[in-house]
Amino acid sequence: MRAPLSWIKEYAALPEQVSAREVAERLIAVGLEVESVDEVSVEGPLVVGRVLEIEELTEFKKPIRFCQVDVGDQVRGIICGATNFAVGDLVAAALPGAVLPGGFQISARKTYGHVSDGMLASGRELGINDEYDGILILAEGEVGQDARGVLGLDDAVLDIAVTPDRGYCLSIRGIAREAALAFDVEFSDPAAAVPALEAAGPTQPVDLRAGADRFTTRVLTGVDPSAASPAYMVRRLTQCGMRPVSLAVDITNYVMLELGQPLHAFDADKLTGAIQVRLPHDGETLETLDHVQRTLDPQDVVIADDSGAIALAGVMGGLTTEIDDASTNVVLEAAHFGASRVAATSRRHKLSSEASRRFERGVDDDLALAASNRAAHLFAELAGADIGGLVDIDSREAITGIAFDPQLPTRIVGLDIPEATVTAVLTRIGCNVDGQSVQPPSWRPDLREPIDLVEEVARVVGYDRIPSRGPAMGTGIGLSESDRLLRRLRRRPAELGLVEVLSYPFLGEAELDALGLPADDPRRVAVRLANPLSDEQPLMRTTLLPGLLAVARRNVGRGADSLQVYEYGQVFRDVAEVRAPVADAGTRPEGHVLDAMLSALPRQPEHLAVLVAGAWSRSGWWGTGRDCDWSDAIRLARAVARAVGVHLDVETDAHAPWHPGRCARLTVDGHLAGHAGELHPDVVEAYGLPARAAAVELDLSVLLAAATPVVAAPAVSTFPVAKEDVALVVDRELSAEQLRKALERGGGALLESVRLFDVYEGPQVPDDKKSLAFSLRLRASDRTLTEDDITGVREAALAAAAELGAQLRG
Amino acid sequence: MSAPNKNFDPVTPAALDPANLQAAVDAALSAIAAAEDLPALKQARLEHSSDKSPLALANREIGALPPSAKAAAGKAVGAARGAVNQALKAREAALKVAERERILTSERVDVTLVNDREPVGARHPIHTISEHIADAFVSIGYGVVEGPELESEWFNFDALNIDRDHPARTMQDTFFVGAADSGAVLRTHTSPLQIRTLLTQAPPVYVVCPGRVYRTDELDATHTPVFHQVEGLAVDKGLSMVDLKSTLDWFAATMFGEGIVTRLRPSYFPFTEPSAEVDLECFACRGESVGNPDRPCRTCSSEGWIEWGGCGMVNPRVLRSCGIDPDEYTGFAFGMGIERTLMFRHGITDMRDLVEGDVRFTTAFGMDG
Ligand SMILES: [Zn+2]
Repeated sequence: MRAPLSWIKEYAALPEQVSAREVAERLIAVGLEVESVDEVSVEGPLVVGRVLEIEELTEFKKPIRFCQVDVGDQVRGIICGATNFAVGDLVAAALPGAVLPGGFQISARKTYGHVSDGMLASGRELGINDEYDGILILAEGEVGQDARGVLGLDDAVLDIAVTPDRGYCLSIRGIAREAALAFDVEFSDPAAAVPALEAAGPTQPVDLRAGADRFTTRVLTGVDPSAASPAYMVRRLTQCGMRPVSLAVDITNYVMLELGQPLHAFDADKLTGAIQVRLPHDGETLETLDHVQRTLDPQDVVIADDSGAIALAGVMGGLTTEIDDASTNVVLEAAHFGASRVAATSRRHKLSSEASRRFERGVDDDLALAASNRAAHLFAELAGADIGGLVDIDSREAITGIAFDPQLPTRIVGLDIPEATVTAVLTRIGCNVDGQSVQPPSWRPDLREPIDLVEEVARVVGYDRIPSRGPAMGTGIGLSESDRLLRRLRRRPAELGLVEVLSYPFLGEAELDALGLPADDPRRVAVRLANPLSDEQPLMRTTLLPGLLAVARRNVGRGADSLQVYEYGQVFRDVAEVRAPVADAGTRPEGHVLDAMLSALPRQPEHLAVLVAGAWSRSGWWGTGRDCDWSDAIRLARAVARAVGVHLDVETDAHAPWHPGRCARLTVDGHLAGHAGELHPDVVEAYGLPARAAAVELDLSVLLAAATPVVAAPAVSTFPVAKEDVALVVDRELSAEQLRKALERGGGALLESVRLFDVYEGPQVPDDKKSLAFSLRLRASDRTLTEDDITGVREAALAAAAELGAQLRG
Repeated sequence: MSAPNKNFDPVTPAALDPANLQAAVDAALSAIAAAEDLPALKQARLEHSSDKSPLALANREIGALPPSAKAAAGKAVGAARGAVNQALKAREAALKVAERERILTSERVDVTLVNDREPVGARHPIHTISEHIADAFVSIGYGVVEGPELESEWFNFDALNIDRDHPARTMQDTFFVGAADSGAVLRTHTSPLQIRTLLTQAPPVYVVCPGRVYRTDELDATHTPVFHQVEGLAVDKGLSMVDLKSTLDWFAATMFGEGIVTRLRPSYFPFTEPSAEVDLECFACRGESVGNPDRPCRTCSSEGWIEWGGCGMVNPRVLRSCGIDPDEYTGFAFGMGIERTLMFRHGITDMRDLVEGDVRFTTAFGMDG
């Protein structure tokens, strides 16, 4: 809401010399969000001019006019690209030496073959509004006079973002009321100042069936359709950011800005029969003033006559009954529509208007008649209208008092606020305080509970009076064990040399296809957004890999030649169709309802993914480096798991998007924890990554469930170690890990460790075989091993290996 | 060697002649002094101190002397050998030091050669600052709560007193999930964690909730549809706005420096009443830039204050939705944007740097932001 300071001052007795900045600061302190203060920003000569001659220059691609403009002391030739004016019009002429908003300097210059000795200004160029398809046409003014006064540019305008609880501040009346409160000065209510009107003459009957608890019509006849809006009205509408249209429309807008009551003017001659306020019929349609044909929803409320719907109640009028430049009889509607109805209609039709913005936030329900009368007076005064009869249907409920303990503000705010102060504040904001019952004023539908009144007291007493001492201390005893473990997992990859990145968790089917996921892959069971940012990515991610791959591609595109990156975050699994029950607010839902709300959601475990590509260790003066490969991925996955004491078992797997021969399935105690290995070459190619890029994806919830936060200490033997190496020939298909485990199992308690140190495939073993060499370390906890001990362990280990077909290499 | 001295005549063998002894010592000392390195010294030792050296020969001659002469001769030979051995030891030590110095000199490297062989990791500043904030609150007894990003509408809206017709519940602001009646959204704030906590934990409750949230904004230099917040919630007996303000001031000082305070401006949020916007005193200029064109401040645009977040006393309607009696308990809550906090704390001018995952950006922040 844009509010000119001069208009505010009409109703609030502010100090004469108060600056706009100071008003803004005080309004902020009582809770109005003043976003900006627009003050005069045009410097130098800006005068009222009259257009004397227009020469159309036709040799250019767009219409250009060379105009002779009387600016008082002389006639100047000015080039103008707009065409919305005619000879005789009064215009705002910026003359050489003027500086417009944004530092735009006006000087005489040659353009389109003429010297342009100034500029005819548009509202946008002067910072008044956003209109730039034409220049400003002034309704009044003396030629040569400073145009700032005519345009209201010598006035400051406060731009206020009105929060949903303060609908009454979408009017000068409301803002002035707050300004008076902030300065503790007198407020004169413009609604109370409207003279009463007789209710005699022709009337427009109304059949009120739904949607409103107050509905009035006033008939106005003999309206002069040629009457123009007065200059003050045009100026104020413009200052408030609205575009002047015609006198009838301008009056309804002006009264709405002044008082906060949306009004609608129908052309009485286009109405047939009584006005009905009702729900739409099945399939009923309405073409609104914005020329959109709308199919009405059964939950909308319409204004209708015998011809059908003629307006969308509280939102926008219809085209068939629109006031035009020949209208002489007018039916003025002023009503009070339910806030939630209007909000729902506005949302359904994606149609937000000045009226709907006000009704949604709550309009003073005692304002309709005063606003209607105010507009009727203006029609009479400015358009010579005869004021006809009034129909006023009123089914409002009385405002009930709030039982209020005057000690509550002290308890909630923490300052000692005497009862007298509480009563004084509530009275000043318009409440009726009667002992412990407080009746809020009609313009404050947001005041419903005692706590709402506490806020009123707090904001007027002043938040700046609240002191500071030490923080409110909690009762906790540090991070929980699971928090600590989770932090270790999240941090570990960075300690291992990886760089953490973040990506958006949105996903498209094409990305899942690019990963090569089979049709029945559980990662294809994804939640779909109703309103995704991009139609390409309507799904919530079920895997971190597409996001990480896209980040990798972006980095490669920006010149990275190797990458070690990781990301952690939630994935959304197992549920595609969410159906969560809704419940009322204000009471704790029953247990089964709460359970259903929670269980309807997808499982959202935290995953961690790693992508490594290109050099792991770089080449340099020390020698050659080494590229990342599948084994780095598995090494990193296991190192991450070890951060919480989890040992990951590795088995061969074929799982998209990994290379089918270079993919490890990672498990802990038989539970799947993730996969690691080299990416499928198609994926590497699709994302333009260095060859042999490798990746990991781990489900951290599985690792956390298996975590051993307390490590059992090993017994460290000080007896000598015995070392034995064995080379075993096995089938190529046998995994090294299986063989290593067999040796470990066979060797028993005296076998301290088994480490693979060489793999050989080649002419010295048969084609379908390979040789795996292990070094065994043997040690007892209580003695030095004898030759017999050593031989025994070795034989036992070899015997276990032999069960897998392993033969000692000769 | 001379023949045994049968007749006990006092005959002195040539090797024990004092002049000869002195000559042998002189020869040894000059050979030792002349040794340039350890192999040369070894050669000198062989010639002048080994079993075949003149002094060793002299030593053996002592046995043939009459008993009356043995003591004096032994003393003379011993002194001669002692002098030679001492010289050998001293020379050896000196040569070893020289040799070590020669090697060290020859092994000099250019230490400005950079070894960037292994990759160096880094953490995203959004996560490190979230942990930093959580740690601060843990230190005053708060717990840390995280939760699901895809949330039931009741938790995200209704329980927080955001009714069905509230403008926030439109497609312009909120990502809706699936069909119109799915009852689920991508959480628009971390506030549903207040509800989750209060439903499962009886007061007193003191928690901070960092997390990722969603609004349907297009990505530009100052907006991102996916961003992060941190929420604080305290519910206990006797909490008031004084506790809220005090906690926020403590938080500001913890994050931005001793003495930095906050300012509250009345505002509106459905889930708090009274509600306030939280401004942070500018930590860069501490207000010195206000009205002082000579010292402009980029951090606060010379306003002296930076918009930081929102706060208020937990609305009794929210407490009742969680089954908590507002006559017995009061509470406060506050929430700040992590991206916003990072942007002014670190002078980040473009939101896109925080969301695009460029490793050069993260790397600059190292392990702890
Ligand atoms: Zn500053």
